[in-house]
Amino acid sequence: MTPAPRPLAPHLSIYKPQLTSVLSISHRATGVALAVGTVLLVWWLLAAASGGDAFAAAQRFWGSWLGMLLLFGWTFSLFFHLCNGIRHLLWDAGWGFELGQTYVSGWVVVAASAALTIVAWIAGLVVWVPQ
Amino acid sequence: MSERAVMRSPLGRAVGLGSAKEGVQHWWAQRLTALALVPLLLWFVAGLVAHIGADRAAVVRWLGAPLPAIAMALLLIAGLYHMALGVQVVIEDYVHTEWVKLTALVVDRFAALVLAVAGLFAVLRIALGG
Repeated sequence: MTPAPRPLAPHLSIYKPQLTSVLSISHRATGVALAVGTVLLVWWLLAAASGGDAFAAAQRFWGSWLGMLLLFGWTFSLFFHLCNGIRHLLWDAGWGFELGQTYVSGWVVVAASAALTIVAWIAGLVVWVPQ
Repeated sequence: MSERAVMRSPLGRAVGLGSAKEGVQHWWAQRLTALALVPLLLWFVAGLVAHIGADRAAVVRWLGAPLPAIAMALLLIAGLYHMALGVQVVIEDYVHTEWVKLTALVVDRFAALVLAVAGLFAVLRIALGG
């Protein structure tokens, strides 16, 4: 059976990017990035469980420029996914569906995840630098 | 076949033919793990920041204590379950070649389980005398 030709919704690529759609796809992208990050989290835990040499090697990696770059990306990904995840939970509870509210909550998520990332890194540098 | 039947949408034709009836379980588990991860991740990031540059003995002292070890175990279980569910949706949405999709779904589940077991083993070893 061939369905009759039916009108199609405009394709995604026709739309100009908006805050709502950009945050939506960013939630997925950061989620996938964090999934990759779990491998290195478990590696770090195994290194801590294994002994001094394995742990020292892991710490050397995290202290390298590549390690720090990855950590910075994961810090922001984590805070963004966390903040936007709370936004999703509020939607699931039935709150914040009006168009204006989705933009306000969207900008709150952007500001909060940027602020938390900066606070975490400043705190980390304060702990790290005196050593 | 009548004209009216042809005009029916694919959804209209499928409705009432039954479902896997598993969607709610997936949706609910994704939310429950999300809720659990909020406090667990805030605790973990704060702990990590406090231990930047620390030697192994300090990290073992931190994660080896009863409450942090329990929290870390819960974080691994909730986080990797949440990851498996989330990656599954991404695969189902974007991968349309059947064998690639099936392989990716199997790898997703196996990877989550292997990472969870490995992570829990590490936490136990740290807590019980690593």
